[in-house]
Amino acid sequence: MAGWYALLILALLTAGYVISSARARSIAGGNYAEMHSLPAYHGLYTAALAMLPALICFLIGSQLASYFATQTAIAALPGDVQNDVLKQGAALREAFNIAAGGPINSSSAEIQSAAAGYASVLSAGQWITLAIGTFTGLAGLSWGLSRVSMNFRARNGFEKLVHGLLWVCATIAVLTTIGIVFSVVGETYRFFFDPAITGKPTVFEFLFGTEWNPQAALRADQGEIQTAYGFLPLLTGTLLITTIAIAVAGPLGLFSAIYLAEYASPRFRAIAKPILEILAGIPTVVLGFFAALTVAPFIRGWGETFGLNVASESALAAGVVMGMMIIPFISSLSDDVINAVPQSLRDGAYAMGATKSETIRQVILPAALPGIVSAFMLAISRAIGETMIVVMAAGLAANLTFNPLEAVTTITVQIKTILVGDQEFDSAKTLAAFALGFVLFFVTLVLNYIALKVVQKYREQYD
Amino acid sequence: MDMRPDPLVMMTSSVQDQAPKPVKVAAKNVNVYYGAKQALKDVSVDIPVKAVTAFIGPSGCGKSTFLRCINRMNDTVASCRVEGLIQIDGKDIYDPALDPVQLRARVGMVFQKPNPFPKSIYDNVAYGPRIHGLSRSKAELDEIVEHSLRKASLWEEVKDRLKDSGTGLSGGQQQRLCIARTIAINPEIILMDEPCSALDPIATARIEELMAELRSNFTIIIVTHSMQQAARVSQRTAFFHLGILVEKGETSQIFTNPTDKRTQDYITGRFG
Repeated sequence: MAGWYALLILALLTAGYVISSARARSIAGGNYAEMHSLPAYHGLYTAALAMLPALICFLIGSQLASYFATQTAIAALPGDVQNDVLKQGAALREAFNIAAGGPINSSSAEIQSAAAGYASVLSAGQWITLAIGTFTGLAGLSWGLSRVSMNFRARNGFEKLVHGLLWVCATIAVLTTIGIVFSVVGETYRFFFDPAITGKPTVFEFLFGTEWNPQAALRADQGEIQTAYGFLPLLTGTLLITTIAIAVAGPLGLFSAIYLAEYASPRFRAIAKPILEILAGIPTVVLGFFAALTVAPFIRGWGETFGLNVASESALAAGVVMGMMIIPFISSLSDDVINAVPQSLRDGAYAMGATKSETIRQVILPAALPGIVSAFMLAISRAIGETMIVVMAAGLAANLTFNPLEAVTTITVQIKTILVGDQEFDSAKTLAAFALGFVLFFVTLVLNYIALKVVQKYREQYD
Repeated sequence: MDMRPDPLVMMTSSVQDQAPKPVKVAAKNVNVYYGAKQALKDVSVDIPVKAVTAFIGPSGCGKSTFLRCINRMNDTVASCRVEGLIQIDGKDIYDPALDPVQLRARVGMVFQKPNPFPKSIYDNVAYGPRIHGLSRSKAELDEIVEHSLRKASLWEEVKDRLKDSGTGLSGGQQQRLCIARTIAINPEIILMDEPCSALDPIATARIEELMAELRSNFTIIIVTHSMQQAARVSQRTAFFHLGILVEKGETSQIFTNPTDKRTQDYITGRFG
């Protein structure tokens, strides 16, 4: 049915454009200079007028059809099933399955009749939608056609339609963000305050607890395992690994950006920059096993020669490889902003008798600071949100430590661990993932805000 | 390529021999190439000390290129190659033993578009003295900043907001700030590359007044598109055309009695 509808909309678009622009051409009779809008604009305007009503009918009509069909199906179910949410859901799923052509063999008569009712109402609703869509589309088409004239401002009309389209796109993007935030906030609220969830921590325990163990005993013979939702070990683990990553990527990325932008020959730059950017394209899972299989044993062996006891899954290994991952973010973006600093500032500094490194340190970097800080912030956000490398190289042990040679775990790793496998979505353990996600989001937001303030305070604005 | 001395140059150099002032910058047979393209052909000129010398000519004639040879700013352009001899006070500035960074501390430059650093007004002027270690104390640096801003006739306008950003000033003020910044390192020569082309007539007039004052202490070389400006501010003028130094001499002579047909056509507005 959606396929028919797509065909209808395509036909309306084509017909609107072709007929309307042909009509505009015949009205103009070759005298386009006298006409307010060129025939193509009349065509586009009419095409939009024909398509929009049909599209709106489809969006509303398909929702209404499926709503009424579901109501019909529910009405056909026995009373006790209707009143129990869980039973009703299961019965409806079975009915939808049958309506979609699934096997009927073991289903009860009520469910079969519900499925039949659902299918017939849905199909009728869809046909009605198609009919109304065709009718309104043709109405829009003929209205658009009737407006084609020498003086009609189709060009301005089309401009308004474009404006509207852009507004809709921007609004959808913003609403999506808001929707995700609300969903995370809602589940986090349930985690802390929903009385139906047992074994959950208080906000204070969550934020300041030093022990993290969301896994309760699965079998009786495992004995009593106390669950704990102290978030501090995860926070310190995340911060530790992020700090190591930035300590690796910050100098390497920034200095390579300075070299590429200011010192390298154009030929070297043309080769080196794409190679650096390829580094950003390496899947993090590949970096992850590189960290676990190459870097971690290397660090362990290196530690042994100094008599240090390094865990085989250490924060250092994960942090170093994560640093490699974010080097291209820092170097590529910093390179762009350094290049964007006007040549006139460099000339000014050289003409004062400054050397190249003085010019870079005292003039170019301060002028490029806002961009460099944003590059770092993007890199930090990536590092905090990165999961795969840490899963493979840093381990799962929630140790509250600042020693980079020990195994730690991060917020993202724990979210992943909690949600992997079969889950019931009303246990404290599962909802804890949302709380962690919310905290992660909040930490990133705060970091971005701080960066914004730093930039506003220290920026040296040119032009 | 024609390497013979231009007869016109030979002829007009006799005019320059009458110049009373000693020579500060001497260029002999300077050729400049950008890659394969030759931008300057066999330019020879003597520039007198403590006077304003103007380079005029149509766009792309090589006058800015020549100016940028005098403080070796062309070194920063990878494809640029300079041949010939340029001397300041009799010393070759392209001598490999000479450090171009040191040279630029002696030969200041003001650019076409005002380019103050995105720093405070104070830091802009203090930039040069700081990197060259010209002051021993904060008080001494304050002294240099004030002196330079006064010389650039900007002090009265900015003395209460030295901590404000230099880029917040008007175009004319920014250009005077750039002049103050240049004066602060006490150069011997100031190169000005169309310093007024981005400014309105009032700001232009102030810069021109400033040049008249500064020439008692500095050797000034100005590149300009405005022939009126060259006539107003300079004592000597050189006319460039298509990479050739066509004619040079006393400003009054160039503008009233040019010897070359091309110079005459240019100053009467027939081309360029």
